[in-house]
Amino acid sequence: MSSAASFPILTSLILVPVIGAVLVLIVSRRRPDLVKLVALLSSAGTAGLTIWLLWAFDPDAPGFQYVSQHTWIDAWGISWHLGVDGISLFLVVLTGVLFPLSILATDPHHDDKAYLAWMLLLEAGVMGSFISLDLFVFFIFFEIVLVPMYFLIGGWGYEQRVYAATKFFLFTMLGSAFMFVGIIATVFIARDNGVGRITFDLVELAEGANFAASTGRWLFFAFAVAFAVKVPIFPLHTWLPDAHTQAPTAGSVVLAGVMLKLGTYGFLRFGLYLFPEATRWSRPLFLTLGVIGITYGAIVAAMQNDLKRLVAYSSIAHLGFIVLGTFAFTSQAISGSVMQMINHGISTGALFLLVGMIYERRHTREIAKLRGIQQVAPLFAAGFMVVMLSSIGVPGLNGFVGEYLILIGSFLTARWWVVVAATGVILAALYLLWAYQRVFHGEPDEDNKDFAELTLKEASVLVPLIGVIVFTGIYPKPMLDRIEPAVDSLIAHVEERTGYEEPQPVLAEPEPEPETGPESGEPASGEGDG
Amino acid sequence: MLAQEFLEPSIDWFALTPLLVLLGGGLLLLVAGALTPTWPRGCYAAYTVLVAGAAGGLAMFQWDDITDEGTSTIVSRALAFDTLAEFLTITICVAVILVALLTGDELRRVGIDGPEVYALYLMAAIGGVVMASANDLIVLFVGLETLSLAFYVLAASDRRRRLSQESGMKYFVLGGFSSAFLLYGIALLYGGTGSTNISDIVAHFQTTVDTQREDALVLAGVALMIVGLGFKAAAVPFHVWTPDVYEGAPTPVTAFMASAGKAAAFAAMLRVLVIAVPFHRDDWRPVVWVLAVLSLVIGSALAVVQTNVKRMLAYSSISHAGFVLVGVEAAGHRAGEPDPGSGMPSVATYLLLYTVLVIGSFGAVALVERDHDGDSGLDSFKGLAARRPALAIALTVFLLAQAGVPLTSGFVAKFAVIRAAVEQRSYAIGVIAMVAAVIAAFLYLRIMVNVWLEPADDAIEPERVPFTSGLAIAAAAVFTLLVGVWPGWLLDATDTVTQYAR
Repeated sequence: MSSAASFPILTSLILVPVIGAVLVLIVSRRRPDLVKLVALLSSAGTAGLTIWLLWAFDPDAPGFQYVSQHTWIDAWGISWHLGVDGISLFLVVLTGVLFPLSILATDPHHDDKAYLAWMLLLEAGVMGSFISLDLFVFFIFFEIVLVPMYFLIGGWGYEQRVYAATKFFLFTMLGSAFMFVGIIATVFIARDNGVGRITFDLVELAEGANFAASTGRWLFFAFAVAFAVKVPIFPLHTWLPDAHTQAPTAGSVVLAGVMLKLGTYGFLRFGLYLFPEATRWSRPLFLTLGVIGITYGAIVAAMQNDLKRLVAYSSIAHLGFIVLGTFAFTSQAISGSVMQMINHGISTGALFLLVGMIYERRHTREIAKLRGIQQVAPLFAAGFMVVMLSSIGVPGLNGFVGEYLILIGSFLTARWWVVVAATGVILAALYLLWAYQRVFHGEPDEDNKDFAELTLKEASVLVPLIGVIVFTGIYPKPMLDRIEPAVDSLIAHVEERTGYEEPQPVLAEPEPEPETGPESGEPASGEGDG
Repeated sequence: MLAQEFLEPSIDWFALTPLLVLLGGGLLLLVAGALTPTWPRGCYAAYTVLVAGAAGGLAMFQWDDITDEGTSTIVSRALAFDTLAEFLTITICVAVILVALLTGDELRRVGIDGPEVYALYLMAAIGGVVMASANDLIVLFVGLETLSLAFYVLAASDRRRRLSQESGMKYFVLGGFSSAFLLYGIALLYGGTGSTNISDIVAHFQTTVDTQREDALVLAGVALMIVGLGFKAAAVPFHVWTPDVYEGAPTPVTAFMASAGKAAAFAAMLRVLVIAVPFHRDDWRPVVWVLAVLSLVIGSALAVVQTNVKRMLAYSSISHAGFVLVGVEAAGHRAGEPDPGSGMPSVATYLLLYTVLVIGSFGAVALVERDHDGDSGLDSFKGLAARRPALAIALTVFLLAQAGVPLTSGFVAKFAVIRAAVEQRSYAIGVIAMVAAVIAAFLYLRIMVNVWLEPADDAIEPERVPFTSGLAIAAAAVFTLLVGVWPGWLLDATDTVTQYAR
């Protein structure tokens, strides 16, 4: 199942940023250049490790790779169990890549040391959440990321930062409160239902435990609340616009880019895998909420005056697609969801970076105060447009691949929900193009006449992101090759546990059997004459 | 019983050494302190640390003894010699050490340095240790009174501040009242069972089928004892004294009351409920459930609306008492069974971790207060990060731990009690506790916002942090983080408290 590497690469993914944070704190305050260099080096080192992981990852193996497992708290059956599979692989890489870019792209206006230390600790926390395979370890990382994020928003955010930071912290913590009890209950109930001992090990629990249907549903909902807040799923989303808008640019990038994925990733890893029956059972609810999120997020986004708030609401809509795909229970849709998590991370991350650049230049995010930027800064406008088109889901860019897979994959199992969700694609075009038109088109007025062109540093951050956007849009195969085995084995797990059968799309059949009779409506009935 | 020659009980002197060290140390300090001129700075505190350290160290030796030879009762079954007693002895000694370190500077600053306060700490510690190891309800009461009397005086020990006097007076009047409840409860239990000795009480229930009348006596007795102990532990609805007393008392004393006082009260509660009347667990468990929920919700909710940090922490300590009660409730599910579940270990874990946490928190508050002429309002914390970065970091660690953020001891403590509750399928109380923790988190965030994100109102030149205070706070902070990352040894230790003597 797992190829054990001698070098504990996953543990180093967590440790390198932590060590970086410690070094940042040690370096003298009088050397701000050195502080930033240390932070960049350690996050770039992490990025290098993730890229090596991507390269060395065996695309044909469906199970967890690079597993490292050590006893941690023996008395409670807790072990330091890390591993990566096709579902988490790209999230890990995304985390590794986004952090150095956002550290490079933005400068805090005061107190660099603390800012960079919090960023690196945040990276360690997010990384740990994506690779931990022990419920206790996962919870620790899932919860610990609140602290750096709280301080980043509260310390380096905009006008309403304290309010937004507190709201963010309390909302997420409230969700985790239920998961906390849920995790412990899962462990004890699993002990009495198949596992036989107290363990927090995800794989052991998922493979061994047989929860009674109603028990499983309660437990699933305890987890689901935490993830739903994190995603966020309508109606638990109200913290998001505040947190995203008030956070400093790098905070928004990380929040939208990777931290929201903790929720959707959680649904896949701890919902479908651990409670397949309950997840199946709650499908209608989450499909509906996901679709409401898509339309509601899009409509509200269209009404925003604040560019950053617009992007924030667009996140709600995009994550609605991911939820839809997750709960569609087809291989295609879930692969699309995983892919869309990455796409959204890149395109929304890049959008937040661009909005941050606008704010740095103009000290406003009001759409009404921005005009005609295309004329004075054409390169900047071009970059913005590519990223925006990716976010809309224009064919040829990465957003299209994910959304298309989700919609086509969900059509078989959730037809009417897809019909409504498809309007979200149109609405996305509406609000983003409209915003683009208002900000970039027209004649620049007095205030916008001196809007500076893209600098080299900014370009060096945007180019890799745009490169990924275009590459994935044109040639998504390498990515899908790595995602699909993991998704297929997840679906197989669900099928085995719940008796669910994934409907196969007719088109995907390589060679349809030549049917003798025109009536093949009832495949269950035995065929009389051959 | 026939009249017979009075038989001296055989006394296991070695088992008593922690108590004797504390007692001897306290008395010696009083006498020597009265006869000699003021000792050089820090000497009283150092002496107290030495005495408490010796007592705690002896308790650790005895722990080894108990591991090897099993538990027993000593002094004619008046005291229990088991790991629960030793663990609480160590906890209380840790509290004395940390608080003594904090106190030295405080007293010198006010100019009332003297031996009395330290001697009272040691006396209170004796009371606490006796409560935690009592195997007889009368002995338990004596311990409680010793503890309480010391606390009354300590609360009023800052003679020049009227708030402190008020605090002592209030605590004395209300505390006396609650002691009466406890005593009456003991009397009723005696009426129902014919003994005050816990071993005999248990034996009585094992062998006798109660008549209804006796049962009423026992239940009334248990109820009254819950009132008395609930008061000491500051559980809602017996909590109303807490904020006033905590606010008025000198801050190190507040830290001591919130740590050692609570630890002793909950240890006594375990002795009374889980060990003495396990067969009535279905009667007292719902009561504990209600107390826990009330403490959690009301403590957290009222903490949020305070503007004085000492009052905030007082209310938050009520909420923490609710958490400990969750553990007691969990212990109640299987009290008296051979495999009593993880309720008692979780209570013990929580008490030790909270002791260190709360002393660290109040220690930091004391230093901030000092910069602001004794004002512990929320505004005093503005700009602390810029003024005293190290102290701000330590305070943040404590606050995050109190909120239950992972990788701190507070998370381990919360995990332990919730785990114990969930193991007994008390899901509702677990969820309520965690939601209450979120409410309380708002309060800790409020303090942190002032510490980190608000500029100071006025330019204050901070004094240097005194060495002993700094040492105590740093030690507490390191411990908080260390246990958060590496809690295994503590859990192994507390797992043994279920093998109690009786």
